[in-house]
Amino acid sequence: MSLLHIKDLKVSYGGIEALKGISLDVEKGQIVALIGANGAGKSTTLRAISGLIPKSQGTITYDGQVISGMSPQRIVSEGICMVPEGRRVFPNLTVLENLRIGAYLRKDDLQADLEHVYDLFPRLKERAWQLAGTLSGGEQQMLAVGRALMMRPKLLMMDEPSLGLAPLVIKDIFSIIETLHEEGITILLVEQNANAALRIADSAFVLETGNLTMSGPGKRLLDNPQVKEAYLGKSKPRNKKIG
Amino acid sequence: MFNTVFPYLLTGISVGGQYALIAIGYTMVYGILRLINFAHGDVFMVAGIVMVYLNASGMPLWLSILLTLLITVVIGFTIERVAYKPLRTAPRMSIMISAIGVSYTLQNLVLYITGGLNQFYPKIPFISDSVTIFGVSTKMVTVVTPILTVILVVALVLLINHTKIGMAMRAVSKDFETSQLMGIKINNVISTTFIIGSFLAAVGSMLYFTNYNTVVQTSGAMPGLKAFVAAVFGGIGSIPGAVVGAFVIGICENIIKGLDIILFKAGITTQNLGLATFSDAFTFALLIIILIVKPTGLFGEKTTDKV
Repeated sequence: MSLLHIKDLKVSYGGIEALKGISLDVEKGQIVALIGANGAGKSTTLRAISGLIPKSQGTITYDGQVISGMSPQRIVSEGICMVPEGRRVFPNLTVLENLRIGAYLRKDDLQADLEHVYDLFPRLKERAWQLAGTLSGGEQQMLAVGRALMMRPKLLMMDEPSLGLAPLVIKDIFSIIETLHEEGITILLVEQNANAALRIADSAFVLETGNLTMSGPGKRLLDNPQVKEAYLGKSKPRNKKIG
Repeated sequence: MFNTVFPYLLTGISVGGQYALIAIGYTMVYGILRLINFAHGDVFMVAGIVMVYLNASGMPLWLSILLTLLITVVIGFTIERVAYKPLRTAPRMSIMISAIGVSYTLQNLVLYITGGLNQFYPKIPFISDSVTIFGVSTKMVTVVTPILTVILVVALVLLINHTKIGMAMRAVSKDFETSQLMGIKINNVISTTFIIGSFLAAVGSMLYFTNYNTVVQTSGAMPGLKAFVAAVFGGIGSIPGAVVGAFVIGICENIIKGLDIILFKAGITTQNLGLATFSDAFTFALLIIILIVKPTGLFGEKTTDKV
């Protein structure tokens, strides 16, 4: 049984259907990539899973339990955490407070988790007392990931983690995603950087204007001519960044 | 010179403290909801009326004080739940109009209950007592107010900077949606803000009405307005800003009230110029000047999002 099961999900914003009935499965322990152009409905899918926006139809099942209709707080407490698009760290809180607030619902000791995040991102330890608003874009992205890890997620959803970052930093972020995957965290990754995402994904889905049009193992989509043409750039799929 | 200025300075500091306790409610609510809570001054007035009626019922004074604090907090909480929460996603103008509606509802309700007659505020022992400082005779409340204000403000700042709920308040004031993703219940944080604001307004009302002796349904309007000006002056959304703004306004206003006498006694003028009449106008002139020079107020952050 899959960890996350979405069936016929429809979401509308003020009369416009952003998701027109998508069905997808995320298997436990996998990296699943969701790729597509701007406005295809990638972020909407993540926001619907985390309970920020209501669905108009369909069901979302997590770990055998229907979660569509639950409050965002409840969904977080079930172990689904999100690294939102644009990082959205709290600029007026220190780095350490941002990490602590990631574990807002936990009542137990956080020291071990803090150490773990600091091991992954030593820069955050150096800057623990700095306001998050003063960090660079890459550091903020690391903080956003670290903040989500503080809740000990079973399913980590990442919305465009590479957006607006320098190529070297993007490489770091993707290697961290693989590390988290090795630690056993299931990852649902939304990316416009299709090339990098498909490369690490166990399975992937292509969203086009609210519909899923293709799916399959990441590597196979990487070689798919249609995907190549639409999302990877025809001639040099390996080096060109989409976005 | 000092002897003529000092009594006005003393009153100014005291009034400033009372404004500060109200101003914090305005600034905290604005910080989180971006709402000017027009009903806040009336919550302050209602706290005064509640105290009058509880005391008249014959219960011990300490119990009246405790119950006044409690009832005011419940009123503040209820106003948010009934009049503001349903409008969370509505345009900001709607919730502002709702606030004006609540303001008049409270005033009319008190008018209905009291018949518009001045209600005499009970004497609270110790703070109603007379005291003489540097030759100036005044009520104890004048001395107690600034001290109590500072203690409460320090406690509040500690709460906001060093507790989990304080951290949540700071997070929610920046980003509702991401706060929800952290598992924070936005509505609880907003309620907490109204509870703190109403509590401080209730404390402020006890100090203020002990000084002025009577309460009527419009008693909240002027101090409410002055506290609001103080909050904008200090940079709305900033707690230290509201406190500093309140003290500046309280002091300036009272010095102006005494300016005729101060100038006369200093030998600068030979007749009463009637400057005291302008003390309220002065408050607003000061606000306008500050906002021209520094549009975000003394401690305000740069923001593109103002009502």
